[in-house]
Amino acid sequence: MIEAILLTIITAATPLVIAAIGELVTERAGVLNLGVEGMMIMGAVCAFAGSYLTGSPLLGVLCGIMGGALFSLLFGFLTLTLVTNQVATGLALTILGLGLSGQIGESFVGIPGVKLQPIVFPVLSDIPFVGPLLFKQDITFYLSIALIIGVNWFLFKSRTGLKMRAIGDNHGSAHALGINVIRTRYLAVMFGGACAGLAGAQLSLVYTPQWVENMSAGRGWIALALVVFASWRPWRVFAGGYIFGAVGILQLHAQAFGIGVPSQFLSMLPYAVTIVVLIIISHNRRTTLINTPASLGKPFVPDR
Amino acid sequence: MKKLIIALAATAAALGGLSSGAQAQEKTKVCFVYVGTKTDGGWTQAHDIGRQELQKAFADKIETPYLESVPEGPDAERAIERMARSGCAMIFTTSFGFMDATVKVAEKFPKVKFEHATGFKAGPNLATYNSRFYEGRYIQGQIAAKMSKKGVAGYIASFPIPEVVMGINAFELGAKSVNPNFKLKVVWANTWFDPGKEADAAKALIDQGVDILTQHTDTTAPMQVAAERGIMAFGQASDMIAAGPKTQLTAIVDTWGAYYIKRTKALLDGTWKSEQIWDGLKDGILTMAPYTNMPDDVKAMAEETEAKIKSGELHPFTGPINKQDGSPWLKAGEKADDGTLLGMNFYVEGVDDKLPK
Repeated sequence: MIEAILLTIITAATPLVIAAIGELVTERAGVLNLGVEGMMIMGAVCAFAGSYLTGSPLLGVLCGIMGGALFSLLFGFLTLTLVTNQVATGLALTILGLGLSGQIGESFVGIPGVKLQPIVFPVLSDIPFVGPLLFKQDITFYLSIALIIGVNWFLFKSRTGLKMRAIGDNHGSAHALGINVIRTRYLAVMFGGACAGLAGAQLSLVYTPQWVENMSAGRGWIALALVVFASWRPWRVFAGGYIFGAVGILQLHAQAFGIGVPSQFLSMLPYAVTIVVLIIISHNRRTTLINTPASLGKPFVPDR
Repeated sequence: MKKLIIALAATAAALGGLSSGAQAQEKTKVCFVYVGTKTDGGWTQAHDIGRQELQKAFADKIETPYLESVPEGPDAERAIERMARSGCAMIFTTSFGFMDATVKVAEKFPKVKFEHATGFKAGPNLATYNSRFYEGRYIQGQIAAKMSKKGVAGYIASFPIPEVVMGINAFELGAKSVNPNFKLKVVWANTWFDPGKEADAAKALIDQGVDILTQHTDTTAPMQVAAERGIMAFGQASDMIAAGPKTQLTAIVDTWGAYYIKRTKALLDGTWKSEQIWDGLKDGILTMAPYTNMPDDVKAMAEETEAKIKSGELHPFTGPINKQDGSPWLKAGEKADDGTLLGMNFYVEGVDDKLPK
């Protein structure tokens, strides 16, 4: 029973963690992309289309990643090259993504999808309890863990990561030091797009293997909130994603179990918990400020 | 420059008016306002299939323009008014949340006929229509009680409105007519449409030991989960057999086409009048998807119940029925009146859930 609940929680948390870690990198480079929901849904439709047309869910995952990355390039071009307002462009990207994905996916509605099969580690997967949870998952789960570890290393242990954080904190100084601000930001935006696309692929190939319009149902917005919740730290994104996923699943179990708590209250819980944790984290203003990218959302035009 | 633009706009408007006027003389416009997209796989798709049947039935006499994804609220009023201005003779607004907007626009356009789905406010030029979905739920409950080994079914519900509560009660009553000890676990997803959350709710119910699943939400995600876990399930609004070829027992299928054709014929004949219609299985406004994946005796029972409901011999809400707390509601042989059903805010005995208030 506990194992079954944990498995459901992993499935629910994985897309949140993946999309949030991508957005974390984008924001660490100083770009605020509110289009996560739009990139995620584009990833979902591209992944489903790729999987359906090639017959291989793995290629579908690749299509999802590429779909998300290409779509984010549009955001990059508008905000970085044409220097449009990032907030407005991000919102437009979400609306465009929801509409465009519906158009692309029109012919896929109602077709049962092929589920991405788990990768089974021999021997390890036979360990009771731990085995099925950690060693019998699909590739998106392993990628989510790898992304957390990789991004954490990149941001705080690598030279390029240090440069990227410098851009996010003060793009003027970084530019003066000879770091290519625009190019780095393009890459960061595309990384965010690729992650959102991967999260979308998880939705349409693992979570619920099918395509329906608006199937992301607000998960992109939750991922955005998670980045702030995590105060731009990768492992906190991981923890936040799982707290959010766990509360959401446990409230359903509480209902099925017949605990006499109003379901509206239980549905509200994940959001309420998020707010409480935000308050706890932000009570220390100094540590919050240290982690917040100072140039976040500000336009950058190289002076020469 | 400004004058030029105004002149151009006026010309365009005049041309637009002319062309639509010319069309109106040839073909009557019967318009539709949808809350979702026409390919949502559930509610709106069922309405759009009805629209297509209507268009086919009166191929050269009418056109059937439609607006998709109209949000409920103030925008709905604008959208409906735009339809009314564009020369529609009759407008179907197909969501409960369009009710007040439809009432307002209907008052402004007394010559246009309005038809609002699932609402309860009518007017001289505003009719309402609804479907007795609970008849199908009763049949599902009977099948569930026959097919379930554990005697517990799971119900994924959307919002605690009378329509949904009525469905839960009808399901439980059907099940109890076969197995008096049948239990029903209810999980409120608090959404009509979120595949992920619907799937999570399905998994939670299955993990807690139900072996039959039914849903009052819009996507096929619960059906997929049921198929994966090897239990049986019922479809909702559309035939969901594609999502669970070996899983779906039957589904309640909304078939609005016959109603749309009937009302359009009345409009063209000049015999249309405002009515409050609540049709059921016998009128063909809902149908049961083929009874599949069950033994012949269960199928025979389901077909018999369906026939009895159609003939009027059986009303799912016939006493003796107790409320959840055991207090009596209907005396033996007494039938629930439509008003009570449409405002239903209590469970019947046997539902294992606390109704959200």
